[in-house]
Amino acid sequence: MPSSATDTAVGSTGSSGTSWSDVTSSESSLRRFLHGLPGVDQVGANARAAALGTRSIKTTAKAQALDLAIRMVDLTTLEGQDTPGKVRALAAKAMRPDPTDPTCPATAAVCVYPDLVPVAVEALGDSGVHVAAVATAFPAGRAAMDVKLADTRAAVAAGAAEIDMVIDRGAFLAGRYQLVHDEIVAVKEACRRPDGTSAHLKVILETGELATYDNVRRASWLAMTAGGDFIKTSPGKVSPAATLPVTMIMLEAVRDYRAATGEIIGVKPAGGIRTTKDAIKYLVTVQEVAGPEWMDPDLFRFGASSLLNDLLLQRQKMATGRYSGPDYVTND
Amino acid sequence: MQLEYAPAPESRGVVDLKPSYGLFVDGEFVDGHGTSFKTLNPASEEVLAEVAEASDADVDAAVKAARRAHSRTWGRMPGAERAKYLFRIARIIQERSRELAVLESLDNGKPIKEARDVDVPQVAANFFYFAGWADKLEHAGHGTESIGVAGQVIPWNFPLLMLAWKVAPALACGNTVVLKPAETTPLTALLFAEICQQADLPPGVVNVVTGAGATGQAVVSHPDVDKVAFTGSTEVGKAIARAVAGTDKRLTLELGGKAANIVFEDAPIDQAVEGLVTGIFFNQGHVCCAGSRLLVQESVADEVLERLRRRMSTLRVGDPLDKNTDVGAINSAEQLARIRELSAAGEAEGAERWSPACDLPERGYWFAPTVFTGVSQAHRIAREEIFGPVLSVLTFRTPDEAVDKANNTPYGLSAGVWTEKGSRILQMAGALRAGVVWANTFNQFDPTSPFGGYKESGYGREGGRHGLAAYLKGGE
Amino acid sequence: MARLDVRKTYKLYVGGAFPRSESGYTYEVLDAKGRFVANASLASRKDARDAVVAARKAFGGWSSRTAYNRGQVLYRVAEMVEDRRPQFVAAVQQAEGLTAARAGGVVDATVDRLVWYAGWTDKLTQVVGNANPVSGPFFNLTTPEPTGVVAVLAPQASSLLGLVSTLAPVIATGNTCVVVSSYARPLPAVTLAEALATSDVPGGVVNLLTGSAATLGPWLAAHMDVNAIDLGGVVGLDGAEGSSQQLATELEVAAADNLKRVRRAPAAEPDWTAGPGLDTMTDFVELKTVWHPMGV
Repeated sequence: MPSSATDTAVGSTGSSGTSWSDVTSSESSLRRFLHGLPGVDQVGANARAAALGTRSIKTTAKAQALDLAIRMVDLTTLEGQDTPGKVRALAAKAMRPDPTDPTCPATAAVCVYPDLVPVAVEALGDSGVHVAAVATAFPAGRAAMDVKLADTRAAVAAGAAEIDMVIDRGAFLAGRYQLVHDEIVAVKEACRRPDGTSAHLKVILETGELATYDNVRRASWLAMTAGGDFIKTSPGKVSPAATLPVTMIMLEAVRDYRAATGEIIGVKPAGGIRTTKDAIKYLVTVQEVAGPEWMDPDLFRFGASSLLNDLLLQRQKMATGRYSGPDYVTND
Repeated sequence: MQLEYAPAPESRGVVDLKPSYGLFVDGEFVDGHGTSFKTLNPASEEVLAEVAEASDADVDAAVKAARRAHSRTWGRMPGAERAKYLFRIARIIQERSRELAVLESLDNGKPIKEARDVDVPQVAANFFYFAGWADKLEHAGHGTESIGVAGQVIPWNFPLLMLAWKVAPALACGNTVVLKPAETTPLTALLFAEICQQADLPPGVVNVVTGAGATGQAVVSHPDVDKVAFTGSTEVGKAIARAVAGTDKRLTLELGGKAANIVFEDAPIDQAVEGLVTGIFFNQGHVCCAGSRLLVQESVADEVLERLRRRMSTLRVGDPLDKNTDVGAINSAEQLARIRELSAAGEAEGAERWSPACDLPERGYWFAPTVFTGVSQAHRIAREEIFGPVLSVLTFRTPDEAVDKANNTPYGLSAGVWTEKGSRILQMAGALRAGVVWANTFNQFDPTSPFGGYKESGYGREGGRHGLAAYLKGGE
Repeated sequence: MARLDVRKTYKLYVGGAFPRSESGYTYEVLDAKGRFVANASLASRKDARDAVVAARKAFGGWSSRTAYNRGQVLYRVAEMVEDRRPQFVAAVQQAEGLTAARAGGVVDATVDRLVWYAGWTDKLTQVVGNANPVSGPFFNLTTPEPTGVVAVLAPQASSLLGLVSTLAPVIATGNTCVVVSSYARPLPAVTLAEALATSDVPGGVVNLLTGSAATLGPWLAAHMDVNAIDLGGVVGLDGAEGSSQQLATELEVAAADNLKRVRRAPAAEPDWTAGPGLDTMTDFVELKTVWHPMGV
């Protein structure tokens, strides 16, 4: 990183999160670090993202991209009206997205509210499809800390392999970075299982509320230094949703974090990605900005619900050469 | 996993290439009386067409046609009517935009992505912009009286866009035009002539005479040409300035450059790297205002270069008609030889050369994106315009040193500065002796925005209200 | 017995100092009736070279003065000329052979011209600059900036008003200059130099050489550190070496060596009492366009 503050920080960092202690030990050092990150010019970032969006992905590359995108989907249902039946149907869809085609890969995960984790765990069994749970008083995050931690622990105890947490945007915008940081650290701790393993933590930055790309970059670094395994744009079920430039900036952050620490962090855009065309733009951005290494469901996910069906329609078109229709994919 | 981009070629079917092309004089395509020449696709060395060379007599006929059109129709026509012709041309350009883009890419070697998304939309925008001026000249501050016949000689790097920069303001102001496109890229100008026919533009208002240097010379030195506009090399620009000396001809010149792109330690680093890439690899670096010198603050030099190299590794070099191509073909064997010569000089003088791994096609004219580090002001690659995808990297320590180095060139066309500090931007923008300063951006163009150089980068401005001055008697 | 007067030595004005020509040459200046008046310094090409160095050195400071300040300085020059009105009237009378009343009118017009340009310094940017509504999220502004070092071949006939009318716009816009005065009528220029030296014009902003435009012009036109040239003084220089038209062409050809901005010589010396146009200033400015993104 270019700034001297960052150089110092990165220079003293080994390969594990604990060595960020110099930076994260106080509000002021954390502020110095985050504000020492290079700025993001909004117009330039938008232009770059738009240019990446003009890549034309055809034929074999498209077939490859479609399967990869399906494998990256966190098939999500986050509604007040969710029921065990709904979750079971979603799980079935996740395991076998296209019942007519056994070559179609499964999605990465099913993402549900914590109370429905047991249903999802049971339905998915040993299929390899992970159960992800949104926790920490999702989506607003406005609850007491012990409530958020209890929410997290319950989801992990019920078998969630992945926890999607929301940061305290109010605290972030008020400049209380230490508070945000410590909260992530505490949730990460709550992700720990009795056997010493840990559920993967996805930190939702709620980038729409952060308002500027500079804040997105800072929040990304804050989440990474606090121990997040993934950084995620937005809750996914509420607007504003993910955008390509925001995701690009987060991809730059994980790329730079990796260069600085050797640690590799995942990225998950969520919400608003509905078409194959969109998904492919994201994949191109992942590949060209972060690098081919991130073209992996362990490091990049789409938080989405309707995207999957469009991917399936396109996949059928690739296989048969004719355009498919909504009656030929399942509604779940 | 690496996503292998499959070839995504744009179809050539939209272009109807004729085996041979004549000149466009007085509203008709006519045979030339010089020695016809071939225009190549620089990406494959395939002959695209045979093109007529205008002899002195052909140029004379074109000037006479332009003079007639000026005195009989175009020069007398109410501005509002001229405007409607230009609007009509702009619309036809939009309608035929894909055809123009493909033809430009074929003849020039530039990526279809750029021809499609930059050149052609800008061409239409220029005609739209200047169309609107035609009946509002009294508000522009240069009078309303046209100069007469404009002889315009344009380069091969943006064939159609440079045509638009010259033809649109000339016509809006009531002048008529004899245009000489570059020898290696005449085809889109001839397609533009066809568009003039479709628009029912009166005969003689636009004349296109193809050929090489001799034809250009005939145009600029023709005694009945009132106004000369040239975009091209500084060397030829000086020759033209000498040729018009002692005459009443008005002259504007848009010439070479060796722009500094200055990156401070507090720059928005990812956008700066993007700006460096756009600055020197856009259009294969065949850009007079290219950011061919990177001046990077020493404290961030290593980091910026590392990011630049990583970014350069994602550039896709190859078939210009592939929609995913970022860097296309070098326009001609001659230009390729020049780039190679200067790059060899860079190595010989001790600079360190680097290019990303990329497979260049066997046929055609290609040069991998290249960056030279360890360059000093005395090196040829820091002083001479390479006009290719070659970046020379120098470092500086203080803002004054950056300004000194940036200005230490006979050129003065453009400059870039990258810093998040507002007051520094404004100070730098003032101190840089260049006609266009891009701060936290690079290579932006717009019909409303004047473009042109200081010092040996030429004189006069193209674009904007100021661009009218070159084509009106009161614009001196 | 009448007191013997003390004559002035007419020298060059370079870098704020009054040197003699390095060549040691002078030439006889005659009044309108052909009577000897003085020996003026005959500037050599080396004097021209030194003057260019002085002008270049002064350019950074002068061009970065605020427009308001340049206006104040030019107004101060007007004050100095007005203050020495009798001296200027006598000089013009002597040089141009005018009546005292007509010479007085010339000096008044000269002062008024200086005042006019003094008022322009902080307005030209507003009149010829532009905010450009580009089609994208960019702030885009075009402003005039001085071209640099300008060589001025001052008019041959109008020794003061013509001189000031060509010189004032050049410095009003922030350029510095090397001026070759009228050959036959150089003394008002020297007097003007003395007024400039006592006004607040920094040394080197205006450098005044007395001598031959035909001799010095080619050196200045070819000088690679001169950015622009006003060929107005070529008018009426027809002589043994060729017509003024030939000289003008020769100078314009030489000027192309570094693409100097050239203000061509008119067919005949203009009526300097007529109000000047904006072109006197815009011929020696560059337009700079600055782009910056607009984002949060």
